[in-house]
Amino acid sequence: MSRITITVNGTPQTRDVEDRTLLVQFIREHLGLTGTHVGCDTTQCGACTIHLDGKAVKSCTVLAVAADGSQVTTIEGLAEGGKLHDVQQAFHEHHGLQCGYCTPGMIMASVDMIRRHDGMLDEHTVRHELEGNICRCTGYHNIVKAVLDAAEKHRAAHAVAAE
Amino acid sequence: MYATTYHKPKTLAEAVELFENSDEPSYLSGGHTLIPTLKSRLAAPAHLIDVRNIPELSGIEVTADRVIIGSATKHAVVAASKEIKAAIPALSGLAGSIGDVQVRHMGTIGGSTANNDPAADYPSAVLSLDAIVHTDRREVPAAEYFQGLYTTALEPGEILVRVEFKIPEIAGYAKFRNPASRYSMAAAFVSKHTDGHIRVAITGAGNEGVFRWTEAEELLTANFSAEALEGLTIDPSRMMGDMHAPADYRAHLVAVMTRRAVQNLGGTHIL
Repeated sequence: MSRITITVNGTPQTRDVEDRTLLVQFIREHLGLTGTHVGCDTTQCGACTIHLDGKAVKSCTVLAVAADGSQVTTIEGLAEGGKLHDVQQAFHEHHGLQCGYCTPGMIMASVDMIRRHDGMLDEHTVRHELEGNICRCTGYHNIVKAVLDAAEKHRAAHAVAAE
Repeated sequence: MYATTYHKPKTLAEAVELFENSDEPSYLSGGHTLIPTLKSRLAAPAHLIDVRNIPELSGIEVTADRVIIGSATKHAVVAASKEIKAAIPALSGLAGSIGDVQVRHMGTIGGSTANNDPAADYPSAVLSLDAIVHTDRREVPAAEYFQGLYTTALEPGEILVRVEFKIPEIAGYAKFRNPASRYSMAAAFVSKHTDGHIRVAITGAGNEGVFRWTEAEELLTANFSAEALEGLTIDPSRMMGDMHAPADYRAHLVAVMTRRAVQNLGGTHIL
């Protein structure tokens, strides 16, 4: 057992965990934040994608104890003051989901993607960069539309901020 | 995953001491091969020694003729390095083609090179670019480093510290991926070095892991063009055969990927 502290969605969370505890188990079972899903449990499907120190990673393949002292953002940490994050809003407007199981991971991967590219995305790049996230409903078309829309809003917001 | 005890040493000496004084220890880097292996209970180390906090394992240095990468450097960091892209664009592209975005945010060059998975990308670059593998106790040339499937010259407890690549005159990397797993089914890293010698390293296909295709090197030495390789085939008995691709198909892919690497010098061709 190890006592670890991980700051999740801005709140430091200290727990005693077995060293074999995965970060996704820490998030779901120790903190009760079940928005992060486990799909394949083999680092392929991306349903468990969260941000670890600002970068999208698959939380089923990180030990919680190795994330001690880190900053984690989950799907529950995106909305602010009851207002959905632009990427969440875009998924809502474009119906970027069917069953919804992959959606939290898709959104976390998309937020990371838009930030890394500073919103400069085209359809080809979005499809390529989402290769680590699998939608078994095969609902990619509207997911891609949602990401492109959110990327455009990101560009517009930054253009305004620059003026 | 079976129960294990996690350690986070801050120095090389501390890590080696932990390894030598523990029953059934294993080093851990990005964990993107090891953790899935532990989860499926194919390995059960009693002690996991995380090497990522050791300062010597970090950092990228590009000199006039070398690219030196600390073993804990993540694939995404290698792929994003402007210095590496300018020096060896094929190496930069290789790093950017591993797994997916999330995997590249965790997986490390040292983990890939130490594990020597027969379908891993980095071993082909290490072999083709005449790299030197620096450990906590010695320097091992690539030609002596790879010793078969999941087998390297690393001794128990030895830590891979950094990989020193020679900057070639030009190099290209071509890969055909399994569409589901994204692991390579055949990939070729072709380099022409500044003194003129050619290295063709094949990964993903060989039944003994990464290897040099010397017949292709000889033809390319005489004529450094894809046309020189027309008609050259490789013996399928040297290839892996499995549910993803039989040996004769992999042999075909090796020849095609080698030609594609030569046709895409200065970059990559990823299928």
